Amino acid sequence: MTRKQKRLAIIGGGVGFLTAAVLLVMFAFSQAVAYFYVPGDLAKADLAPNTRIRLGGLVEAGSVKRGDGKTVTFSVTDTLATVPVTYTGILPDLFREGQGVVAEGAFVAGSPVFVADTVLAKHDETYMPKDVADRLKAQGVTLGGKENIR
Amino acid sequence: MIIELGHYALVLALATALIQSVLPLVGVRRGDRALVELAGSAAIVSFLLVTFSFAVLTFAYVTSDFSVRNVWENSHSLKPLIYKISGVWGNHEGSMLLWLLILAFFSALVASFGRNLPETLKANVLAVQAWIAAAFTLFILLTSNPFARLVPAPGEGRDLNPVLQDIGLAIHPPLLYLGYVGFSVCFSFAIAALIEGRIDAAWARWVRPWALAAWTCLTAGIAMGSYWAYYELGWGGWWFWDPVENASFMPWLAGTALLHSALVMEKREALKIWTVLLAILTFSLSLLGTFLVRSGVLTSVHAFATDPTRGVFILAILVVFIGGALSLFAFRASHLKSGGLFAPISREGALVLNNLILTTATATVLTGTLYPLVLEALTGDKISVGAPFFNMTFGLLMLPLLFAVPFGPLLAWKRGDLAAAAQRLFVAVGAGLLFAAAVYYARNGGPVLAVLGIGLGVYLILGSITDVALRSGFGGVAGAVAFRRFLGLPRSAFGTALAHVGLGVTLIGIVAVTAYETETVVEMKPGMLVDAGGYSLRFDGMRQGRGPNYTEDTGHFTVSRGGVKVTEIWSSKRLYSARRMPTTEAGIRTFGLSQLYVSLGDEITGGGIVVRIWWKPLILCIWGGALVMMAAGIVSLSDRRLRVGAPSRATKTARLVAGAAE
Repeated sequence: MTRKQKRLAIIGGGVGFLTAAVLLVMFAFSQAVAYFYVPGDLAKADLAPNTRIRLGGLVEAGSVKRGDGKTVTFSVTDTLATVPVTYTGILPDLFREGQGVVAEGAFVAGSPVFVADTVLAKHDETYMPKDVADRLKAQGVTLGGKENIR
Repeated sequence: MIIELGHYALVLALATALIQSVLPLVGVRRGDRALVELAGSAAIVSFLLVTFSFAVLTFAYVTSDFSVRNVWENSHSLKPLIYKISGVWGNHEGSMLLWLLILAFFSALVASFGRNLPETLKANVLAVQAWIAAAFTLFILLTSNPFARLVPAPGEGRDLNPVLQDIGLAIHPPLLYLGYVGFSVCFSFAIAALIEGRIDAAWARWVRPWALAAWTCLTAGIAMGSYWAYYELGWGGWWFWDPVENASFMPWLAGTALLHSALVMEKREALKIWTVLLAILTFSLSLLGTFLVRSGVLTSVHAFATDPTRGVFILAILVVFIGGALSLFAFRASHLKSGGLFAPISREGALVLNNLILTTATATVLTGTLYPLVLEALTGDKISVGAPFFNMTFGLLMLPLLFAVPFGPLLAWKRGDLAAAAQRLFVAVGAGLLFAAAVYYARNGGPVLAVLGIGLGVYLILGSITDVALRSGFGGVAGAVAFRRFLGLPRSAFGTALAHVGLGVTLIGIVAVTAYETETVVEMKPGMLVDAGGYSLRFDGMRQGRGPNYTEDTGHFTVSRGGVKVTEIWSSKRLYSARRMPTTEAGIRTFGLSQLYVSLGDEITGGGIVVRIWWKPLILCIWGGALVMMAAGIVSLSDRRLRVGAPSRATKTARLVAGAAE
């Protein structure tokens, strides 16, 4: 191979790989990314069933009910709207009524219940997920204590 | 009083850093030896000052001096001593001071061990180190002063976040910082080379040990952090693709690429400009990581400190250093002569492939990490980019590299023979396929991809050993001769083989856990049995206990196999009194390389409790592989060539002079 051909082979290979990577990233962004919503946004969002989203808000006081032990139902609220959620598994240590929570999962077709497979409540008793704090603040909900927003 | 001294020492360290960042450069320009030599002593003085400052803060923690705001916020008089000490860096201010301490430590190392460096290069390197040190000292003094006082002093502290009260936290950040910040030396070398406008194979020889040391520590730090998250958070996960994890993973990927490209530069004088760029990028990613973690732009388990002024300050540091370095690079890169031609199929070609894939993979991780932040800033939409994204992009992109790894060391420099290399890897490929078939048979089928993944791991391990085995002539010559040759191989050959073996081991662990772990969530009452991974767990009941600064409810489980008791597991939920914060202390038992992992949920009316039981097959391979990679780093570092051969620029000139005289 001549010098020029060698250089072409290397550059060509590199550009090909990079193109593949860019396409892959774009595809992954369209497929494997979950958008964040608070209950008040859902009506406008018009989601297709089984679309994975993250639902954030406060765990409504008095809404936590344990079913047959493993399955828990609770409601997530942003004070404008409330969404019932079911989750099977162990809730995080800091899951409490009145505290911020983010549930990841999807709505099943024809049901208003959000089926979560992951529930996040971060490791700090005064912690509120930043997403939730921002949205709640935008909607005029006052959060107790200055340290609530971390 | 002592606290004020610590604060004052930090101010003096800033002054020293400022001197160190200007005068040696002037000295190099003017050819003033005194100013040039100042760099080394300034670096050591700086290190002593920061060490003193750090020691003072540690003293405040150990003696529970709550008149210091930082101690009050993060400590408690009842906390065990080890966590009082590790609490020093379990918060924003202390953690930044540790960052600075390690930076100063590396500068001092360059100053004391860089004796065979040319004077001017050393002075330039230390000056660049001092720029970084000055910026971060200023940051600490202006926005994150750990020595701020509280008047009046409270009687008791607010305690350290209980999740962080763990031996893992005592070790993880220092190791991680040794890695992250260690790459600053490579960065400084790159900037110094650009300032001098001269770069050659000797430069790569000087940089490689630093890159290797930093990489080894970073490997250890990441593995430690991953294990810590695994056992402490109680979710049974070992990697979350959390932005904070990515922040440490990106410098690791770029650093790995740097190690490989520096090799090409050292041996063949090729890829010079690229290597300099990689050195800059690797530390830039470390700075970016510091920004992501310390500024609070992220929502993440790790972000335990947030303040917008800090964010802007670090962002400014980031922009100045990365922007400045890249501009300097753009101006000066054309002055650097490139050299060393090679065919696409050659050792160099393989290393270029390695670099291409690693940097592309780094770029995808970077995109996935920053995209949500950028999108939110631009459109207000909030998205979460998690494991599915990274598996699809990073995972797929890395796949060809895993196949290619064993080929690299088997190809010759300049022009290699792919067919011959493939022929030598015949055994490794065969063994990998055979192993995959055996796993498939033993598990009665199962996911084909997982089986192939494990086969790939076996191929990686055997393929990496192939080079060492062939070079010592096993199978070709008599055993004793081969063994003698084996012992005579350069340490770096073992380093290469070991690092690649480690990669294979980690791969096997990841595949096995991902494909074959079982998870059972079940409501248990005392006496009930649950099966997991061939073992049977009996729940015996709950017991209350109390530690120095917490109370706990512990569940007791008896593990048996085939009716015979094997071991017991205690899993507990703790409530830390000072912060009223609950944590899960998972019960973990190791069986060979696999683990049983039990964490407790809520108690249910009627005496039962929700229990989550995982069987994690071969999970220890994940971190075991990382340990092997670390060992590889240490073995390579001990190679004589790195130390003895280092001053080759000087000797080459000497030889030329000697040759001319003859």
